[in-house]
Amino acid sequence: MTDMYTEKVLDHFRNPRNMGEIKNPDGFGKVGNPTCGDVMAVYIKVKDNKIIDIKFKTFGCTAAIATSSVLTELVKGKTIDEALKLTRDDVANELGGLPAVKMHCSNLAADALREAIKDYRHKQKK
Amino acid sequence: MDYAASTPVDDEVLKDMIPFFQKNYGNASSIHFFGREASNAIENARTQVSNLLGCTPEEIVFTSGGTESDNLAIKGVAYVNKSKRGGKGYNIITCGIEHPAVLETCKHLEKQGFNVKFMPVDKYGFINLTELEESISKDTFLVTIMFANNEIGTIEPMEDIGKITKKHGVLLHTDAVQAVGKVQIDVNKLNIDLLSLSGHKIYGPKGVGALYIRKGVKLEPLAHGGGHEKGLRSSTMNTPGIVGLGKACELGKKRFDKDTAHMKNLRDILIKNVLKIEESFLNGHPEKRLVNNAHFRFFAIEGESLSLMLDDKGIAAATGSACSSKKLQASHVLLGIGLKPEDAHGSIRLSVGRLSKKEEVEYVSEVLPEIVKKLRNMSPLWNR
Repeated sequence: MTDMYTEKVLDHFRNPRNMGEIKNPDGFGKVGNPTCGDVMAVYIKVKDNKIIDIKFKTFGCTAAIATSSVLTELVKGKTIDEALKLTRDDVANELGGLPAVKMHCSNLAADALREAIKDYRHKQKK
Repeated sequence: MDYAASTPVDDEVLKDMIPFFQKNYGNASSIHFFGREASNAIENARTQVSNLLGCTPEEIVFTSGGTESDNLAIKGVAYVNKSKRGGKGYNIITCGIEHPAVLETCKHLEKQGFNVKFMPVDKYGFINLTELEESISKDTFLVTIMFANNEIGTIEPMEDIGKITKKHGVLLHTDAVQAVGKVQIDVNKLNIDLLSLSGHKIYGPKGVGALYIRKGVKLEPLAHGGGHEKGLRSSTMNTPGIVGLGKACELGKKRFDKDTAHMKNLRDILIKNVLKIEESFLNGHPEKRLVNNAHFRFFAIEGESLSLMLDDKGIAAATGSACSSKKLQASHVLLGIGLKPEDAHGSIRLSVGRLSKKEEVEYVSEVLPEIVKKLRNMSPLWNR
């Protein structure tokens, strides 16, 4: 089974970065659906329009956990606008690629981040 | 911990097979000495297989494995009964949690105009006998129900099913790939007309299997050619494979009591230990299950992640998770017994075998709770 995943995917799966929750986050996003086997939750802290902290929790397969983990590394310290430019493909490329069947079902991390940013902006307007 | 997927070839089996690769390489159809030698070995294997099932050697046809046996049995009977197509009643009755070798064959026949009933099962995976009997009509010619389920290990009430099919004069086929060697099978006592078995699940080689066909049952062949196996399956005989299958059946019979007691003991230790994990459940029936099968589900975690973490610890487990399947759908068996998709995703099968050791089961019992805890800590569905 492991040969379908790159070493980097396996590394992030075995040693997930920034896993956990942030109490009172500035933004929170959750995407996915337990029915299809993946749920991702992303918490962000924002200061001066920069993501200064990010944490995730994921229910899902190896690819789902690895994409969540690598996403947090990719956007930590980035501005909101930079973070918004990040696509699913960027996440997959950073991992050295994902098995084709996993590209859609388990590569939801960028979507979860976008939801968290939406939540942050919504809160700012209040 | 995945003996239900495959088993290693037994030393005694391999020893019997080896001469037939090089020294005694003859074609069993040849009339000369080399051919006769191969032919005799094949007939000996036929007897070994028949002894395990309680039938006569003439009732055994060798195939390439469980899938081919299922195809030959179901399509073979269907094509002989083509004239029964188009009636109101069901032609073939099966159940929703069969192995794909049976399910897909039945769906294929459905496309060709046969009327197939896919019976639902209850939460343990049992078919409803009343429903079975009520589904039989004058148009019905075949009931095909697996002996034991390959995922959750549930053993179907084959004796009762056989009584019903016999009463109504309908043929009974069973995919016994998982059951052979773990459940006593006497095809006459159980009124089974056709039975599929596979070599590699019973410490024999891959690429060989057999179909038991009760004397008098007519089948249309799928492979036409040189007329091997009384015209039912043309193809040069796979002598080493067949010799191996025969020996595996002989050993399966000889070691039956020892094997089953050993596997049941280990399986029960495993189930007892694993169910100590909170929010963990046993899929399938607590007693009427294969002696080697344990199938668990864990709330809030996903099966592929779980099996990969077990893999990292040197433990091989099978998962019902969609993520590990090519179809990206949760297991039809787990959905069939009424599990919600998220619970089906969080299920794994652990199966023991003849060579399993108590230390291995204890190691799994030790490692599994830590892994479940680790994955639950990561899961947004786990809030405690």
